[in-house]
Amino acid sequence: MPGQRKVYVVSGGVTKFAKAHPEMDFRLMVKRAYDYAMGDVPKLKASEIESSRISYFSDHFARQLKAASMVQDFLGLNPKDSRRIEWGGATGGQAVQAGWETVASGRNDVCLVAGFETMSSVETWKGNEFIALASDTNFDYPVGGFYTGYYALMVQRHIYEFVRKTRFAGVKDEKKAQQAATEEAKRVMAMVSVKNHINALHNPYSQYPERLTMKEALGREMIAHPINRPSVCTMSDGAAVLILASEEAAFRYTDHPVLIKGVGCGTDTMRLADRPQGKVPRFAWEKAADYAGLKYPGVHSFRAGRTAALEAYKNSGIKNPIEELSFVELHDAYSSSEIQTYEDIGLCRYGEGYDFVEQGHPFLKNIDYGLNLPKRGTIPVNPSGGLIACGHPVGATGIMQGVFAFWQLQNSIAKHFGNDKLQIKDAERGLIHSHAGTGSAVTVTIMERA
Amino acid sequence: MASPKKFAKFRDVMEEVKKSGAAIYTNPTGTSDLVVLSPYSMNYIHSYAQDSEFFLRLAKGKLYGSECKNCHYRYATPRSHCINCGHETKWFELPLEGRVHSWTTCYFGSEEFLKETPFNLVLVEFDGVDTLLLSRLFGIEEKDIYIGMGVKARFRKPARYLISDVHFIPAERKSSRRK
Repeated sequence: MPGQRKVYVVSGGVTKFAKAHPEMDFRLMVKRAYDYAMGDVPKLKASEIESSRISYFSDHFARQLKAASMVQDFLGLNPKDSRRIEWGGATGGQAVQAGWETVASGRNDVCLVAGFETMSSVETWKGNEFIALASDTNFDYPVGGFYTGYYALMVQRHIYEFVRKTRFAGVKDEKKAQQAATEEAKRVMAMVSVKNHINALHNPYSQYPERLTMKEALGREMIAHPINRPSVCTMSDGAAVLILASEEAAFRYTDHPVLIKGVGCGTDTMRLADRPQGKVPRFAWEKAADYAGLKYPGVHSFRAGRTAALEAYKNSGIKNPIEELSFVELHDAYSSSEIQTYEDIGLCRYGEGYDFVEQGHPFLKNIDYGLNLPKRGTIPVNPSGGLIACGHPVGATGIMQGVFAFWQLQNSIAKHFGNDKLQIKDAERGLIHSHAGTGSAVTVTIMERA
Repeated sequence: MASPKKFAKFRDVMEEVKKSGAAIYTNPTGTSDLVVLSPYSMNYIHSYAQDSEFFLRLAKGKLYGSECKNCHYRYATPRSHCINCGHETKWFELPLEGRVHSWTTCYFGSEEFLKETPFNLVLVEFDGVDTLLLSRLFGIEEKDIYIGMGVKARFRKPARYLISDVHFIPAERKSSRRK
């Protein structure tokens, strides 16, 4: 875009995500992540930070309005420019893009992006209620507002469109065909869950690392059919920080900054019931015939995700994401939505997400998952463990993805994780993806080794 | 006043806080964290505003959608203005029978609905209507629900002026009560 300046990430920090951090309030959590990030770029003085974009999702969880002002205060950043960013589940991703905007526009040379959430302040079922208040409170919430339920409605239709109508096209008994398709999809969802939990074994910041087996992943408690416990992210306390800088400033502070190559954002109706039944906005490599008869997005796919990816690829000059991206950190609030997201962002066509997993494409090459994966490592997805295994302190999550992607592209995973097991060799370009309630808003940001 | 009790497990801290209002968490990080109960409740005075007519008719056992006066797009969940062309909509009566567009059975949930689990959620599609309606499906178990099955509306009496004043049951279910 004309007049737009290049924006780089110069540092990042994350607290360990945990069920509860009673020894730190939200301000101290952010301060810990901030101090870590500042410690990684000793040449940057706090006085050189010109502004901040501070994100948290829920005033209900915080029980403190203007909590972002209190973070600004605690970090000693007053009287500089600051604002709070909130965009549901995509809060963190939006904060990254808000920071990018202030540097790209030329308003600031150095901007702090910081996010947090403290979800341990209430019991899990109260937390579910707070989150469900981010659905239409006239028409959706009173029916039995529960986000896992909403995503279960979406994946059930996804299974119908893309498994029942293909792999089980020959089965005449409708109910039996759907049940068989669902069992097949549950197996693939479990593979995603196994991948993310096992990846997280090597990520010291993760909340739920586990050497999960398929049997365990399939056997655990059902939350909302067909999504069971290992396929759902949990509530967490945590904070994450990124420091962004203009080109001139970035190379003053570090020899290895990471370029934010392009950003994209899309939205959709708040109510699932209102989603259009139209045509797929296609990538250049997709043909109209690929989607003949498919009503899009319906409730099976995330149009906001497709829209965000289209914009981000255009701004980054990406023509073939699976070739040009080295890895993806995407918003796997559910293993189902991870599969749906592969299709939205063009890692495969709509309908190919289950096959994409079974072939092994999103798994890491050098890790043993106890699975037969013929094509593993094509494009590692959620090498960090994702939300499912790292945790999901909402306002921090999208920033956490940015920190992990930054370290991947800096080739500094070993330094920050204490081991290099998750380091993707020669990582050149990564995609981070942040997603709000049932796909009502999605951000996609492309980061590139400088 | 006695000092709050100390616990090494945060789960025990939470239980004690709910009971006595305060507890100390002897944190493995070396800190002693005072944790207290902090109640918060409220009643909103909520207007349904432009959607009021829908809830008033629902309370009388009628289900209304809205149709765009300009482009005639038909919404099963009402909207006062069309999202395609921005024009005002008018009310139209929805059929009381539809089909399951998608479904789930929830075994867990938000605090308010936890006691009702397990329950079925359905998105209902209607002939000649462009969008869907989110509702509950009663009278059927997970193993018997499928996409495309017929469902019919039932209404709560007395109404509570909530969207849950309507729910659905399988259309083909034989009612034993009528015999």
